[in-house]
Amino acid sequence: MLRSLWYSSRVRGWAVQIALLGGLLALLWWIAGNTLQNLAERGIRTGFDYLWRPARFPISESVVSYTPADDFFWAYVVGVTNTLWLSAITIVAATLLGLFVGLSRRSDNPLLSGLARIYVTVMRNVPLIVQLLFWYGIATSSFPAPREALNPLPGVFLSLRGVYAPGLIVAPGGGLLLGLGVLVVLLAIAVVLRWPRPPLGRPGWAAICAGGAVLTLWGMSRALGHPLALSFPEMAGLNFRGGTQLSPEFAAIIFGLTLYTAAFVGEIIRGGIEAVGKGQWEGGRALGLTERQIMFRVILPQALRVIVPPMTSQYLSTVKNTTLAVAVGYPELGLVVNTVINQTGQAIESILVMLGVFLTISLSVSLFMNWYNARVALVTR
Amino acid sequence: MKRMIVMTALCASALALPALAQSTRDTVQERGRLICGASQGTPGFGAPDDDGYWRGLDIETCRAVAVAVLDDKDAVDFVPLTGQQRIPALQTGEIDMLPRTLTWTLQRDANGINFTTPNYFEFTGFMMPRDLGIERVEDMQGATVCVQTGSTTEVVVADVSKKHDLDLSPVVFDNTTAARQAFFSGRCDALITDAGALASVRATMAEAPGDYLIFPATPYVDALTPAVAHGDDQWLDIVNWSIQALIAAESFGLTQDNIDDHMDSDDPRIRRFLGVDPGNGAALGLSEDFAYRIVKALGNYGEVFERNVGMDSPLQLERGRNALFSDGGLMFPLAFQ
Amino acid sequence: MTDRAAPTPSAPTPSDPRLPPRTRRRPLIKLLFGDLVSAALTVLAALAIVMLLPALNWALLDAHWHVAAPGDCRHGGACWAFVAAKSRLILFGLYPPSEQWRAMIVIALIVAMILASLSPRLRGGRLIAIWGGAIVAMLVLMGGGVLGLPPVPTSKWGGLPVTLLLAVLSLGLAFPLAVLLALGRRGRLPLARAISVTIIELVRGLPLVGLLFVAAILLPLLLPPDWTVDKLGRTLAALTIFAAAYLAEVLRGGLQGLDGGQQEAAEALGIPYWKTVWHIILPQAIQNVIPPLTNTAIVMVKNTSLVLIVGVFDMLSAARSAATDPAWPAPSTEAYLFVALIYFVICFGISVYSAHLETGVKSRRHG
Repeated sequence: MLRSLWYSSRVRGWAVQIALLGGLLALLWWIAGNTLQNLAERGIRTGFDYLWRPARFPISESVVSYTPADDFFWAYVVGVTNTLWLSAITIVAATLLGLFVGLSRRSDNPLLSGLARIYVTVMRNVPLIVQLLFWYGIATSSFPAPREALNPLPGVFLSLRGVYAPGLIVAPGGGLLLGLGVLVVLLAIAVVLRWPRPPLGRPGWAAICAGGAVLTLWGMSRALGHPLALSFPEMAGLNFRGGTQLSPEFAAIIFGLTLYTAAFVGEIIRGGIEAVGKGQWEGGRALGLTERQIMFRVILPQALRVIVPPMTSQYLSTVKNTTLAVAVGYPELGLVVNTVINQTGQAIESILVMLGVFLTISLSVSLFMNWYNARVALVTR
Repeated sequence: MKRMIVMTALCASALALPALAQSTRDTVQERGRLICGASQGTPGFGAPDDDGYWRGLDIETCRAVAVAVLDDKDAVDFVPLTGQQRIPALQTGEIDMLPRTLTWTLQRDANGINFTTPNYFEFTGFMMPRDLGIERVEDMQGATVCVQTGSTTEVVVADVSKKHDLDLSPVVFDNTTAARQAFFSGRCDALITDAGALASVRATMAEAPGDYLIFPATPYVDALTPAVAHGDDQWLDIVNWSIQALIAAESFGLTQDNIDDHMDSDDPRIRRFLGVDPGNGAALGLSEDFAYRIVKALGNYGEVFERNVGMDSPLQLERGRNALFSDGGLMFPLAFQ
Repeated sequence: MTDRAAPTPSAPTPSDPRLPPRTRRRPLIKLLFGDLVSAALTVLAALAIVMLLPALNWALLDAHWHVAAPGDCRHGGACWAFVAAKSRLILFGLYPPSEQWRAMIVIALIVAMILASLSPRLRGGRLIAIWGGAIVAMLVLMGGGVLGLPPVPTSKWGGLPVTLLLAVLSLGLAFPLAVLLALGRRGRLPLARAISVTIIELVRGLPLVGLLFVAAILLPLLLPPDWTVDKLGRTLAALTIFAAAYLAEVLRGGLQGLDGGQQEAAEALGIPYWKTVWHIILPQAIQNVIPPLTNTAIVMVKNTSLVLIVGVFDMLSAARSAATDPAWPAPSTEAYLFVALIYFVICFGISVYSAHLETGVKSRRHG
């Protein structure tokens, strides 16, 4: 009786599962016990009440405004927005560059495909963090001190402190105006695209619209008492004042991460193009399209379906790769978490925050991808 | 069924596992080695030399404890830690003590570590290239400051900037090496940390040390103090009195060379210090001559100071506030009785 | 949890029917300057090459290969003399110089083992046994304390041996874990599947830096107070878990590509489950996924460099601290290029080998 039970695969399956569950619970219980004992024995403070205390430490640059008087919660928010900002710029830049690299590798032009091949090989076989440190080393060693800054364009300064360029100052009321401006530009683009044969041709129309938009904005800005103004960087004391700054840390990580990611994006795009059947090319040729037309109008749109899934995982790893900015001193989430641990000693909470943020990003992107894949699959059927 | 029994047994043993923790002294003696936290390299205070042998003022504090507990100044392993790792490492018992230049603050003290006896008093300072022509904090308007995270200095930058309305822009690194490299490459106008470490950086990393100026960031002096984990009072005492032995030896005029001549001293305090009259060692759970052995192996605090950071070392720091109280400093020997 | 199968499309060989046919051979001049866009691209490429020339000049012609004093490197090109002077620190870190021969043997041993594994004669159980022996030998050599070798604590290990050991050990330890996770995810037991999916997706959803933070700072809190695992060990644990999750997904791809009939046939013959896995399923599944497997190996070799962030003294940390020597004028570029070159040789070597394996598998199948 017992023997036959043992050999019944269903019973065995249940037994294995119960054993697994028991083992898992025991493990969790053991870890929880250890942690509680450690916390109690070492007198380590726990809890999230520190979130609402003032952080008191500075953050070197941030997308949202931050001062040391803000609380720790806001410091985390600053870290998350910096991470997202970094990711967004890198993803857009790497996609464009990657498309170019992918097409170059498929190019008949031996110079171009050869260069692209070398580029991809080098980028893929050297660790990202080595590349970041390398670029940061270059950024902080090959430019002059701020007092002898290079001045390639009026109002633009290149130095060890990064790039300074004229910036837009947005006073209260300026945000509204800026939004309005963007709306007008979008509308103009829509009109141009819808209008099959605008007078003066499309470029002419675009120029007219742009000129009109700038003039209108300037006029409205005047009327509202200059809520929008340009500020130019000026050397004052030890450093430049005014304008917008691109720090060497930010530049190094954007540059390094984009170059690195573009190599992978390029390979994904190349793979996608090669997955499209050759009949598509032949059909295009039969219709008398040029090779370039076939590529952009026939092949790439079809390749997109193959490209999207690996591209999403590439984007996700790019978001995760931004954590390497710690090594060059850009204050993304990882560096903020580091600092918070130092200031509060609450390592568990801080690391949980970091893991939670990344899990949320990863899981929501994969949920979105599942939904998107299902949709694309339906449409193609 | 058998599996169930095994599992139950496992669960039970897991519950039973949190047994009574051993005292740190016993752990160290059983292991035969003391494990100390160390920095990633601040010559004079704690850094490996070319042969990988750790040297420095903080390192010798650790060696003093090793002599007291294990009678061997080389029975120490140093674990280099980054700023954010050092306190958790101490709390979790990965290291037995943290001699790294750690400022004694209320928040740290209340949050799971215990401070022992300060072994260095120093202000937080800025270091700037001399040719910028700035000699005090008030003139630092708009300066860029390289900061390493994991220190109290981040907060100092924010406080100073606010107090004098300086609009300092900090560049924060997670690692001392990176912060120092960035400063010397010209990425920042100033580097901030405790002035002792600044002197070390200037002496060992600057092409021409004379080109750099160090000045105080705040009017306050910090006590840089070795720390131990909460929860083991005997260990706290051992570390405390090992450091005290260095300071007291100097106040008694005992040095590495002359200590043997004092073994027949008539001064009851010195006799108790040396363990000739017993009692002190037993009270701490150490051998009676622990203070004698510390001085014999390392010398007194003055000798340790001069050897590592004093005028004969590349750092060329004056004793100043780190002299004995009798010489106008802050080092105060407690009573060995 | 999600099921995202996202294999990168494998690169087809020239004979692949999926490749768009090249149009009839065109003369080179036409390829380069056929129309406006081609010409522009050619000029762009040529410009890029011309821009690279000064870098080449800096790295080779103007470079200092030998200098009398470090200061002589101040002007001109790259300072390779610096790399030569610091190579001991970069390659071996703080390892005691008198014991350095041990670290050298470890490097030689790893390289020899990898080369030996390339030979198709060593396969399966024997290979694993030899690797196990070699790894024990390496750890004994590095750590010492037995056979009259003076002990060297892990806090003094550094440089290339640490990089290689972390890569080899994390992959080696991750593989059995990955097999379990992949089988669990593909298996019939709902609980095993749930656990596998949770672990895999959790780890893949996190950046490795996050896992390293957990290992360096949190892990000691989760273990009993009297257990102390040193930092290198904890770092290795993080790398292993990370590698296991990614390897499991690769293996799952291999299992999916397998005909279900294989297992059914084995079951019908009464072959026990684990024997089926070991002799029938795994060998075929692995053969299916050799390119992504080697890809994961490359990723893990590169990932070992991240341990710098938690202060493990690997080759990259050693290079960074070497570059702080004030005697040498700002040589960080050269130091990082040297490290990059070493990583490149290792990773490129693996990828060339993988391409070679792949063609071998193909020819066996089709030939």
